Amino acid sequence: MHTELNAETLNLNLKHKIKKDTGEDIMLCYQCGKCTAGCPLNDEMDISPNQLLRMLQTEIPDLEEKVLKSSTIWLCLSCETCFSRCPKEVDLPKIMDYLRSESMRQNSVNKKASDIVAFHRSFLSTVKSVGRLYEIGLIAGYKARTFHLLQDVNVAPTMLLNGKLKIKPPLIKNRSEIAKIFDRIKELEEKEK
Amino acid sequence: MKIGFYPGCSLEGTAREYNESLKEISKVFKIELEEIIDWNCCGATAAHSLNKDLALALPARSLALAEKQGFNEIVVPCAACYSRLFTAYSELNSEPEKLEKIKEIIQIDFKVTSKPINVLEFINKYIKPDLKDKIKNKINLNIACYYGCLLVRPPKLLAVERYEDPMIMEEIIKITGAKPLDWAFKTECCGAGLSVSKTDVVNKLSGKIIDDAINRKADIIIVACPMCQSNLDMRRKSINTYLNKKLDIPVLFITQLIGKALGLDSNKLGLQRHFVKVSPELFMQKGISSDSVSNKIGVEV
Repeated sequence: MHTELNAETLNLNLKHKIKKDTGEDIMLCYQCGKCTAGCPLNDEMDISPNQLLRMLQTEIPDLEEKVLKSSTIWLCLSCETCFSRCPKEVDLPKIMDYLRSESMRQNSVNKKASDIVAFHRSFLSTVKSVGRLYEIGLIAGYKARTFHLLQDVNVAPTMLLNGKLKIKPPLIKNRSEIAKIFDRIKELEEKEK
Repeated sequence: MKIGFYPGCSLEGTAREYNESLKEISKVFKIELEEIIDWNCCGATAAHSLNKDLALALPARSLALAEKQGFNEIVVPCAACYSRLFTAYSELNSEPEKLEKIKEIIQIDFKVTSKPINVLEFINKYIKPDLKDKIKNKINLNIACYYGCLLVRPPKLLAVERYEDPMIMEEIIKITGAKPLDWAFKTECCGAGLSVSKTDVVNKLSGKIIDDAINRKADIIIVACPMCQSNLDMRRKSINTYLNKKLDIPVLFITQLIGKALGLDSNKLGLQRHFVKVSPELFMQKGISSDSVSNKIGVEV
């Protein structure tokens, strides 16, 4: 039977979407495995970096879904070791960024990554309202999202003593401009949909 | 001389001593670091992990403000901010369509002419040439120079030579009399942005780095990134619990070390702000060679 290019199959055709969005050509990868050999977090990941690329090369929807649901894409530290060693110069960290936002968009975030996503979200919501990072606001937001209420209570007092923790948020003057940047990007995304 | 300055959020808080020591040593060389007025957060890992437009727009606003202030160069001491600002600088310079889109988003018209430089480039260009003449206290320590990720990678973007075994920091600190060590972990990742959300990862990765530095007989580790410093220093207690060891090697910013060599006051360099204490004995016995003019360093620390 002829498979139609309906929205869903197009949605899952990650290889082409990555090419269109990031300019990166996944087919360049010939599986030498240097990315995996150098990855500091490979042994924590559920899919190795080179395996992840191979899975995307196949264009098999099930495998693409596994990639979007993997812990790998969230554990990637963007340390850029893989990219700097890749003989075909595949920018894997850039692809990981794409996969993370796609995984969020499709509500496919791996359960083990929920703390990481909560942290990123708390971080951005602080930046949106303050203009800069406000650690106390960030940690409060993170704890509210994750219920890790006791985390880091042991380092906070020393941070205060060492003069490393700001009590007041470092509000910038034109912080409404920052919030508008967030809003305009959201509008653009909705238009593109 | 005046030069543009983007401190970044860490240097206002958790890495205050990096800010203080950078300003102190710049003063000695008559360089004024002039802050970009109303700069904002670069978006860090959070922005580029979740939204690529945001990852460009946030640093772009600061680049645009720097341009309005007339800076050709902006010093960006935080390696993570530098990576975000430099990525935006080079992508917006090479892709006119992206630039148009970002200008629309940030509602500022600019040409992307203010170039971000990292602290090692800054020291190399503006401090290193006259450093030798200004050394007051020779440093006599074995030092592991730790670069981490974003000062050397991706090499294609940053055009760094010897990115697997960089020698920029080593060449700088040799002038102070310090002995840089050959070691295996100088460009390994410390765990970076997962410090809060996955502390176990930081324990493991940073633990290996500290362990190797000690095995090579390093007296101190020096860094040029606030995330590396906080993972190696602030997380030391949990790293030690994870490794079941008591590793007490101090982690200093390269600017603090240069400051000590210039004979500056320890408190002005923020040496009292570290979690792993910088012991006065270390500087008194090993820190100053016998021909040094003053032994003040150790007393002040």
